[in-house]
Amino acid sequence: MNSSSQNFEDLSPRGNADGESLTVEQAIANLESADLGLRFYAAWWLGRFRVCEAAAITGLIRALEDEADRTPEGGYPLRRNAARALGKLGDRQAVSPLIACLDCSDFYVREAAAQSLEMLGDPVCIPALIKLLKVGLQGEQLRSQPDLSQPYDAILEALGTLRASECIPWVKPFLEHPVELVQYAAARAMYQLSQEPVYGERLVQALNGDKLQLRRAVLADLGAIGYLPAAEAIAKTLAENSLKLIALKGLLEHQVHQTAASSLSEGAIRIMNLMDSLL
Amino acid sequence: MNDHALAQKLIHAVEAADSSDSLLDAVKQLAAAGIEESVPTLIAALGYNNPGAAVAAVDGLIAIGEVAVQPLLELIDNYNYGARAWAIRALAGIGDFRALDTLLEAAKNDFSLSVRRAAARGLGTLRWHQVPPEQVQSVQTQVLEALLLISQDPEWVVRYAAVTSLETLAILIAIIPEQVSRITERFQQMIDTDADLGVRTRVRLAQQQIQQQPQEVLIPNKKLEGAKVPYRGGGRR
Repeated sequence: MNSSSQNFEDLSPRGNADGESLTVEQAIANLESADLGLRFYAAWWLGRFRVCEAAAITGLIRALEDEADRTPEGGYPLRRNAARALGKLGDRQAVSPLIACLDCSDFYVREAAAQSLEMLGDPVCIPALIKLLKVGLQGEQLRSQPDLSQPYDAILEALGTLRASECIPWVKPFLEHPVELVQYAAARAMYQLSQEPVYGERLVQALNGDKLQLRRAVLADLGAIGYLPAAEAIAKTLAENSLKLIALKGLLEHQVHQTAASSLSEGAIRIMNLMDSLL
Repeated sequence: MNDHALAQKLIHAVEAADSSDSLLDAVKQLAAAGIEESVPTLIAALGYNNPGAAVAAVDGLIAIGEVAVQPLLELIDNYNYGARAWAIRALAGIGDFRALDTLLEAAKNDFSLSVRRAAARGLGTLRWHQVPPEQVQSVQTQVLEALLLISQDPEWVVRYAAVTSLETLAILIAIIPEQVSRITERFQQMIDTDADLGVRTRVRLAQQQIQQQPQEVLIPNKKLEGAKVPYRGGGRR
């Protein structure tokens, strides 16, 4: 889940973050460093500080094919960080190389690629995402054995954000997936693809679940789809105010995009009153 | 059962709690009773590293209000950062004038965005009627300067909180026209330049609310208790 896992006491560029302080030139140069730790950190840093220079993009795209940095299990840490950074930088040149990453043997590289393709928003990746989603299906049914081989939550969220309504038949079965996070991602995508409240309500129901981690994930989902009827439930759920505020801000921005620029809708005012009470 | 007996019973339940869930329930019950006697126990609960219990204790301390201020201010000097952050949130919620310096400091310099956010909000919900009349003007200027600075915080949510407080300041205690115009100018600047749509939208709401209000003028010695103070936010879950 995109925003639920990140540290919401985010580092501000004030003062120095952990680790060394880098310059842009250094960070780009470090992508080629002999020291694998420096490479890994530089890829994260370029994404964190939104360094969109051409040399950074080129260096990160090259890092998607890195062979030097391997975990004992065969994972590719540098590729993961490079894929995550490219999503944040918004450069369409990364789309094709990220689509290629959906075939990587490392689950976490595939997950990062799906998340970044979602952020880049280019529909050209839809067929590749559907292909990966179908790994979990037999026809239009879930596989009988619980299948955790693909980052289904990230794939479903990307398809929802990309408004790939042609893939509803393959998204819907995942509402029954044994993993809750995958169910939520499917409900989120179904809402975005169909605009039917029943899927938004399904997420609202999940706010009453008893696991904090899952409630946090649902908050992120509701913020992402901007489901207005969830506003009061979001404000009441048992989770950190920081996360509730982020979710409500998602609803608010959705409202603003839907109404004329000149006036504040009744819904927007309702959301802001709730936000004020959570400060 | 009288208050004292009830407080004793509930305090004992907090002390006897043997799991994080039972501690949470005991603190919730003690907080809900709202008895002054429970202040030290509620303050202790801010330092148990149990977020649920801390949230409940903050709510209880805000409900009890002024009596809790002095003990909370003493706790601020405590080395326990976690407890300090919760204490600042309680002080922000109570809005007592004695906490002004602490809130100003926290809003500007605390490294935790949730503390800066709560403190920025607290500066807007100060109980102005506690301020001695001869100090009102200088305190207002101080709070205004701080909020204008905080409205440039790198975190959207801190800027958002600053906007809510600037709105309150403009409506509730408009005493010097220049000060109000500094607020409205800053709002216009934020509409033009703030990177965050949520913050810009909140500024639009603030502009709307300020335009709709007949401006109160603060007359020395006039109590503002009847004035509409923004909701301080219960249920800080």
